[in-house]
Amino acid sequence: MSIGQTFLGLLEAGPRHGYDLKRAYDDRFGHSRPLPYGQVYATLSRLLKDGMVELDGIEPGGGPERKRYAVTAAGVTDVERWLATAEKPEPYLQNTLYTKVVLALLTGRPAADLLDVQRAEHLRLVRELTRRKLTGDLAEQLICDHALFHLEADLRWLELTAARLDELARRMRS
Amino acid sequence: MTGPPLLVGEDLRKSFGPTPALDGASLDVVGGEVVAIMGPSGSGKSTLLHCLAGIVRPDSGRVLYEGHDMSAMSDSARSALRRTRFGFVFQFGRLVPELTCLENVALPLRMERVRRGEAERRAAEWLDRLEVAGLAGKRPGEISGGQGQRVAVARALVTGPRVVFADEPTGALDSLNGERVMRLLTLTARETGAAVVLVTHEARVAGYSDREVVVRDGRTRDLQRSR
Repeated sequence: MSIGQTFLGLLEAGPRHGYDLKRAYDDRFGHSRPLPYGQVYATLSRLLKDGMVELDGIEPGGGPERKRYAVTAAGVTDVERWLATAEKPEPYLQNTLYTKVVLALLTGRPAADLLDVQRAEHLRLVRELTRRKLTGDLAEQLICDHALFHLEADLRWLELTAARLDELARRMRS
Repeated sequence: MTGPPLLVGEDLRKSFGPTPALDGASLDVVGGEVVAIMGPSGSGKSTLLHCLAGIVRPDSGRVLYEGHDMSAMSDSARSALRRTRFGFVFQFGRLVPELTCLENVALPLRMERVRRGEAERRAAEWLDRLEVAGLAGKRPGEISGGQGQRVAVARALVTGPRVVFADEPTGALDSLNGERVMRLLTLTARETGAAVVLVTHEARVAGYSDREVVVRDGRTRDLQRSR
């Protein structure tokens, strides 16, 4: 995710301090991985240098001064461009699972067992995310659904590969 | 989930002609548990469900309901068990087209000689729990697939079954309606303490279960318990 452009989009609602921006980001997009403060201030410094944000005010406090940031017209244009640009679909061609299957077959280990172990782990996560979804708000449900559809795609691949193991083993031997 | 198993299938074997559909499949379910039976098409998962539900008689092996061997029961006793202790949800609701939704849900009670007024009162309660109270007077042809499946779930639960068998209950629905049916099916079954045996090939549907059993070439593998 582009943190810079996400900050710019959040700032469109009005100027904010770095701390408020971090909280808004963590609430909506951080989930179990909040942004480190260092990354928040490094991102804001870069946006300031590039003219995407400007200082809207500085307030003295008990500790360091609190800077308030506002998005510039260039920043709004940047967000618009980013939103309108398609994300590159992930082809997942460097697949560790595929490598493991091939290695298992090459070394005479039971590849079907490997697939079953992976399948059980995927399904465990599917159940966990389903439970989260049932108790979460709409935003949480959408985030969980995104992960669930990807896990489902992996599980289909595991099923298909399990059905083709004999064929794959034959081709590798020939 | 613990407790004595409510339903046990032991070493079930069943062939249709020369083709073995089940080749030593086993599964047990405790009350309140949702178990998903998964596996590729033709792996034997629906045959396993039909054997467990007493719809199909296995060639060998046995099915125990609360410790009683179903194959030792007479046909009428097995039929009565299916009507009073089991509920069924299929891929396509299989509602009776000539009856209203309320009458469809009341039907299993009427077959048990519950008076019409009482049967329809209980049916209306279940339609309400499944969030389709407004469809009571409509016929199946007048409602959507997702609504029909919720009516079918109400019909499966109206008798207070101990086990609900659901064979691809969301197979004909879009994602959103499928999720809604699964949420309501598992929620209401858990509230009533019923076990659910669910056949599905969709991981997101199996996500509503407590445990999955995979059927491959007619044999079962319990992925959680074998780890």
